[in-house]
Amino acid sequence: MNDSVITAALVLGAIGIALALVLVAGRRRFAPDTNTPVERVNQLLPQTQCGQCGYPGCRPFAEALVAGEANINECPPGGEPTRQALQQLLGEPTATVEPISPWLVAVIDEDICIGCALCIPACPVDAIVGANKFTHTVVTNECTGCELCVPVCPVDCIAIESGQPRQPGLVLPQGSGA
Amino acid sequence: MSELILIVIGTVLVNNLVLTRFLGLCPFFGSSSSIEAAFGMSMATTFVLTIASAAAWMLQTWVLEPLQIEYLSLICFILVIAATVQFTEIFVRSAYPMLYRMLGIYLPLITTNCAVLGVALLVTRSEHSLLAALLYGLGGGLGFSLVIVLFAGLRDRLETADVPAAFRGGAIALITAGFMALGFMGFAGLV
Repeated sequence: MNDSVITAALVLGAIGIALALVLVAGRRRFAPDTNTPVERVNQLLPQTQCGQCGYPGCRPFAEALVAGEANINECPPGGEPTRQALQQLLGEPTATVEPISPWLVAVIDEDICIGCALCIPACPVDAIVGANKFTHTVVTNECTGCELCVPVCPVDCIAIESGQPRQPGLVLPQGSGA
Repeated sequence: MSELILIVIGTVLVNNLVLTRFLGLCPFFGSSSSIEAAFGMSMATTFVLTIASAAAWMLQTWVLEPLQIEYLSLICFILVIAATVQFTEIFVRSAYPMLYRMLGIYLPLITTNCAVLGVALLVTRSEHSLLAALLYGLGGGLGFSLVIVLFAGLRDRLETADVPAAFRGGAIALITAGFMALGFMGFAGLV
């Protein structure tokens, strides 16, 4: 009786160790390459996948940047910090690169908004606050002006306007009690 | 030799995992929304099925039966399957990053695909040689691939079809799968 218990434990342990060794060897052999130029550029991008650069998402944009087909100032959500980081990584001279387009923010016309909450899941940066049957509004400091919320609004109450450069970090209005 | 060919034909068409045994329905519906994703998923599943069924047969015949600890077969098979899936994930992640992103959660979920464990259990009960076990796993995987790619093609066509509102989405997918299963019943008796 005791023997069979020990055998079972030994066999299971041996199988486990053998499989673990195979997996460790596999991970060494097929390590995901995070150090490719495309991957390093991709990590600097905001990952909002908004498509304003003209590419289907952030990774295709990174590939185009590395291939020299895209310009580093074509990412509105990333804005000036992203442009500077990309410039540092890709080493393009400052003089030849124009500053990024003016800041854009989404503005909800609260008289028209019906509180349908359709724009909230569309926002990649969670800049829209509100709930069902309550008027929504945009946290201007978080909004990247990516326009993804515009087509989903059934009453067309969202407009894209020029705004102020965002401040880093969350800024709560005074007296909000939070 | 002819027996081995019959095993493959039998597992691909007659005893199709998805449409005859109704195993592995979760990835069948989950990753069949585009032909590309379905193809990637079916290749990964075929690989795991082949390796896992051969490994399960070897484990059962050469380790568990001589030591008379067959009652451990279930837990051992799960270990082997989990490790094979992990290995596949590591490989796909490094070799095909785009496919890795497209498959998302469905790749690690092959671990819990009942088709894989089902084939491991069926193989250890019915097959008498390692080659037969390997071919049984491969055939099961090919059958899964055939059905899931066909189904993805059908769903592609359904996207543009004028489906009555009540049947849209999951409902028409299930009905389609049911008709495919009816069609595959026609292969019964082939082998």
